Amino acid sequence: MAADPDSQLLLEARAISKRFGGVRALEGVSASFRAGEVVAVMGENGAGKSTLMKCLAGVHQPNAGEVAVDGNLVSIPDVRAAEKLGIAFIHQELNLAENLNIGANVFLGREPRKFGPFFDRREIRLRTQGLLDALELDVTPDTPVRNLSIGHRQMVEIAKALSQKARILIMDEPTSSLSLHETRILFRLVKKLREEGMCIVFISHRMAEVEEIADRVIVLKDGRNSGELGREEINRDRIVSLMVGRELVAHEKTVAKTGEVLLEVRGLRVARFPDVPISFELRAGEVVGMAGLVGAGRTEVARALFGIDRSLGGEVRVKGEEVSIKHPRDAIRAGMALVPEDRKAQGAILNLAIRDNVAMVGMDRWQRAGLVRDRQIDQRAEEARESLRIRTPDTRQQVSMLSGGNQQKVVLAKWMPLRPRIFLLDEPTRGIDVGSKSEIYEVIDQMTAEGAAVLAISSELEEVLRISDRVIVMHEGRIAGQVARDDPHFSEEGIMQLATGGE
Amino acid sequence: MLSLKNTLKENPKLLVIFGLLALLFTVTSLLQPSFRDPATLTNTMRWIGLYGIISIGVAFVIITGGIDLSIGSLIALSGVMLPMLLKGDIFFSEPLPVPLAFGLVLLISLGIGLFHGVLVTKLGLQPFLVTLCGLFIYRGLARAAGNDQTQGFGGDFSGLKNALVKEKLFDFIPMSFVVLIIIGVIAAVVLNKTVFGRYLLAVGHNEEAAKFSGIKTDRVKIAAYMICSLLGGFAGMLFVLDTNGATPSSFGNFYELYAIAGAVLGGCSLRGGEGAIFGVICGAALVQVAEKAVFFLGVEEKSKFTVIGIFILAGVIADELFRRVNEKRMAGGGGTGPPGDSPDPAGSEA
Repeated sequence: MAADPDSQLLLEARAISKRFGGVRALEGVSASFRAGEVVAVMGENGAGKSTLMKCLAGVHQPNAGEVAVDGNLVSIPDVRAAEKLGIAFIHQELNLAENLNIGANVFLGREPRKFGPFFDRREIRLRTQGLLDALELDVTPDTPVRNLSIGHRQMVEIAKALSQKARILIMDEPTSSLSLHETRILFRLVKKLREEGMCIVFISHRMAEVEEIADRVIVLKDGRNSGELGREEINRDRIVSLMVGRELVAHEKTVAKTGEVLLEVRGLRVARFPDVPISFELRAGEVVGMAGLVGAGRTEVARALFGIDRSLGGEVRVKGEEVSIKHPRDAIRAGMALVPEDRKAQGAILNLAIRDNVAMVGMDRWQRAGLVRDRQIDQRAEEARESLRIRTPDTRQQVSMLSGGNQQKVVLAKWMPLRPRIFLLDEPTRGIDVGSKSEIYEVIDQMTAEGAAVLAISSELEEVLRISDRVIVMHEGRIAGQVARDDPHFSEEGIMQLATGGE
Repeated sequence: MLSLKNTLKENPKLLVIFGLLALLFTVTSLLQPSFRDPATLTNTMRWIGLYGIISIGVAFVIITGGIDLSIGSLIALSGVMLPMLLKGDIFFSEPLPVPLAFGLVLLISLGIGLFHGVLVTKLGLQPFLVTLCGLFIYRGLARAAGNDQTQGFGGDFSGLKNALVKEKLFDFIPMSFVVLIIIGVIAAVVLNKTVFGRYLLAVGHNEEAAKFSGIKTDRVKIAAYMICSLLGGFAGMLFVLDTNGATPSSFGNFYELYAIAGAVLGGCSLRGGEGAIFGVICGAALVQVAEKAVFFLGVEEKSKFTVIGIFILAGVIADELFRRVNEKRMAGGGGTGPPGDSPDPAGSEA
């Protein structure tokens, strides 16, 4: 499977440096990419992965260094130039016009024309169909992108790259919002493109994926080359030690003593699955993982419990007492906290300072006669910065300036002063680096040690297994099964079976 | 207002607007020295006071990401109603005492704001449409209430006119400007120092995240519309006290646009989440100074709007350019540098 090391050298970055203002994002980074190989670029957040990719794709201009395509030095002033050289770049947030159909998106800006200004619908449809067939996608070119799942949208981006005759496909965290099933399809396609001699470069934070599919791993650290691993050398420990520059102490789950039932859900029904009642309970001191494919209804349960969406029925009891939750405020009063799945849209207010985010929940606590007591908020933010290790020089900095991991810590920090008893965490570590991940696991441990109950929704099985005392597996809106830590089915296979509707 | 130094530090674009205001004033004064006569200054301040109040009002709505186009019509409604209530020409056959008349107009204004807010939040209608309909409706109501006749005070109520608009503090500062400063201080405290103010900014930046934090976002937004209409209705009464009469079909025409221009020039983003009261007052002042400057520099009446429009556009462009420069300066930390940095001359040639 591995690419022949002598195979054709397609793209080479030589000693690339890039500064943003006073910050050095890349310093003398070199990398080479060959035909017919899959290269994973890894590193902690802020290591310079995206910047390197963007320098190669013409999004950024390096301040120093050379880029060579097919051995010839080139300049890549913009994305168009990169495309002409056969380099296609797929952003993490996909760049599609949702109101247009697949064909129009694939040929956006390069529409085949007829009679001068009119674009040739037939030609677009025909050529798009060809691409979709090659990708084994079962949709028609006329389907509006708005109706597509994220996985399919990504395929459309790839179709677009293929239509441009790309030889190098660069993807920034392509799997971060894909379901497991969609990831499978993407990987099958990646393998196929590799067979056809394409070079696929992707950024990922997920070890298992990289172990599975990469022929080579390039690891960056603090904007410099930290090391490279060939196919046979790829394993978690080596990658992690290159990423952090030290052996990471593996997070050991402390198995908590579970106490009284804190949250009891009976017959909860959500709008998306109106006929499927959900029942479960959370005990003090335990972490209950919630696994399942994307769209299995996990987020809907969390949203209904927290009062974001109205539930259609059912009973929620906190410490045995029935509560009526119609607004997040009611849930907060009942002692719940939610860390939502979309950190940037729902979790943090990016344009506000860290301190203002930390103070956002229950600000009533920091007021006197209606006036906000800023000094107390500053103090509280300072405490949060220390206890959660939020890496920032100043809590007056905007949250948008922080790395993903630190943003997530801010989201967690805003709940801490209320000392919630029930934490609902929806994809708590999505898209954040390994270092921040273990720190967040530590925070979760600390929550349960202090007697809180945690419901952790996660699409990363590895994570679910690592942090949970018990896993609830959902499938198409219902609870397909529960697996306790000492159960023989407490494994990736066992959970996958349940998640895909197996027995 | 409150800790002006901090405000400027956290919001450097206020400097731009303040600079523009100073520049325009200086240039006009040099070209036409009578522009800085105390009498002219007093007159200019009187207008700044009146328009500044409605700019502050609409700023609250703009900060939530909304807009209010009905202010001019509301000013007409309140400007027509006040003299009628005080003379006993509407609702009551007896003249109403001043506090009651004021109270009633303010109550109606609050009701209008509540109506806007409920339609925007509970029904999910777009603020532009809701308040555009308001623009028609309240204008119509003003004309119906006033029977399409100019409603005025005649020679009466001069005490009231003096107390709220015309009297000059230290023989120089008109009362309407004093009223603006009082309202400005209160508004700045509300926006910067109260829980409601923080929630308002949060809702403007990211309504969903605010809701996820347990903030009753609907209430916050409704309150913003109520503040806007309250100040609009209040300003309407000051305007009519100033002019001594209101013609229902034209009174307050386009005032909502002056208000919005002031707020936006003063740093409010129509995307929501941003705005400071000091800036809004400067913005409103800038619009008024521009209008007076145009007059003093002898621009013909027929070209007045063109010149003012170009001037406001220049202000908005200056502000945007400044924002970009500032953003570029800040871009280092997040690694999200803007595209198109200085290209590297060395080693990228084929």
